[in-house]
Amino acid sequence: MRVSKIQKRKRWQGLVGTIYSVAIYTILYIPVLVMMIFSFNNQRYNYYWNGFTTQWYTKLFTNSAVIDSLWYSVIIAVLATVISVTIGTIGALGLKKYEFKGRKFVNNMLYIPIIVPEIVLAVALLIIFMKVGFALGMGSILIGHCTFCIPYALVTIKGRISGDGYSLEEASLDLGANRIQTFINITLPSIMPGVMSAAFLSFTLSIDDIVMSNMLAGSKSSTLPVLILSMNKSGITPDINALTTIMILVIVISMVLNKAIKNMLKKTKNTEG
Amino acid sequence: MNRKNKFKRKTLPALAMAGPVSLWMILFVTLPMLYIIYISFMSRGVFGDVVYNFSWDSYKTLLDTTYYKVIVKSIRAAAITTVLCLIIGYPFAYYIAKKPKEVASKLIMLIMIPFWTNSLMRLNSWLLLFQTSGPINRFLQNTGFIDAPINFVYTDGLVMLGLITSMLPFAVLPMYSSIEKLSKSLLEASADLGASRRTTFLRITLPLTFPGIFSSIILVFIPSLGIYTVTDMLGGGKVLYIGNIIKNQFGAIRNWPLGAALSVLLIVITGLLIFIYTRFAKIEDMEVL
Repeated sequence: MRVSKIQKRKRWQGLVGTIYSVAIYTILYIPVLVMMIFSFNNQRYNYYWNGFTTQWYTKLFTNSAVIDSLWYSVIIAVLATVISVTIGTIGALGLKKYEFKGRKFVNNMLYIPIIVPEIVLAVALLIIFMKVGFALGMGSILIGHCTFCIPYALVTIKGRISGDGYSLEEASLDLGANRIQTFINITLPSIMPGVMSAAFLSFTLSIDDIVMSNMLAGSKSSTLPVLILSMNKSGITPDINALTTIMILVIVISMVLNKAIKNMLKKTKNTEG
Repeated sequence: MNRKNKFKRKTLPALAMAGPVSLWMILFVTLPMLYIIYISFMSRGVFGDVVYNFSWDSYKTLLDTTYYKVIVKSIRAAAITTVLCLIIGYPFAYYIAKKPKEVASKLIMLIMIPFWTNSLMRLNSWLLLFQTSGPINRFLQNTGFIDAPINFVYTDGLVMLGLITSMLPFAVLPMYSSIEKLSKSLLEASADLGASRRTTFLRITLPLTFPGIFSSIILVFIPSLGIYTVTDMLGGGKVLYIGNIIKNQFGAIRNWPLGAALSVLLIVITGLLIFIYTRFAKIEDMEVL
């Protein structure tokens, strides 16, 4: 009797929890769904639903301002990812392995871009660039993006380094491999999952960034998010909805594929073993 | 010889590996941060240039009613956002943490996916839904709840909705990982010793997950304090927070020292929160990622 009462209560609680969570997921996904739906809206500006069309998906590619800023964003994101992951990977290894003066200082500095509001770092970089006469443009945006991507990349990778890799490295060195060979053959494979998630994180942080790009763009062309922000006053046109719909689909599909390939590899490995 | 050997064996690799990141951090974090503090003590020239004379002018300006009001308003908005994110997020995090590990990691993934969509477009969606001729007003009118459309656009309420929906995952993730780490045996022990579920929650669960809660506070409160995209998109220039004011000082208004002083204010608030945090948890343990 008592047991069934407890079970009943548990079941009831589970139900409430599920309903609550579904409600929250709904709120999180509503903006994405609305964005997708309004990419099919037959209207020059999105005021209300005015019938279905796919014209924006073709017209998008003739809108050179949008395509240019998309390329600008992608180039910066790729470069920022490569630079941040390179510096982050060797930096994570270096900061973990070697004791040196100022290590604690550098470690603390790394948390500043993660924690301090981005606008602060952006204007700080802006006034430094103005002071030394560094021209604003792609270079300044790239530096800005790397400045917050490096800490995220480094912290992500550092979490994956375990102390027991050192003996393998030493064995490799003892057996006559040089440092570069050891790094490529021993160290890198052991931290590869961390490196991959750092790369993914850096890319997504960079491509979605507004504050840095906006402050450090100067008067020249800029990234897609900056373009969207500037369109806000006049209204964001449905072709942007179409573009961001394509982008999120590409990200999600590549994630799913990545996962599927990983699972497949695991399976073949298991059957081999 | 020995010394040279040590250099080759230890110092060189250390320099090659930790050098780039250290140099980058000093050049692009330490120096700019020090410089912005320095600029905040300068004053504004007639043409919006910086006059290099020490003065407290910018900080005095912050106490002017217009700026003071914005600061108080931003802090209040950030505080409300934080509290609501915690209240909404904790039960949600708890629900996910109690699921089997496989399911939980999928549910966490499900939280992340919307956040790979462009954040401005997500905010724009709320605008589309709530605009005068938008679906929500139409629905309310068609069902006869209201006669004339309600003006949601560019109000504090809509900005708040944008803030909460943008920040919620940053509240959920740290709380999830600290609830997930909570050992089940502790809860069982508490129940066995006769504690009610409420007592167990208040005396065991809540204190042990407090580091996670505090991480959430930091990850929600500080960004909401400096954000200007939500107010730009959903406030339409009518709702201004500290972030908007800083941005304007480096744009059209051109008062760098004032913008710098506001930035220093944000740095001080951030530092204060981190200081409190490090009193009972290590910063390295902060669940940022």
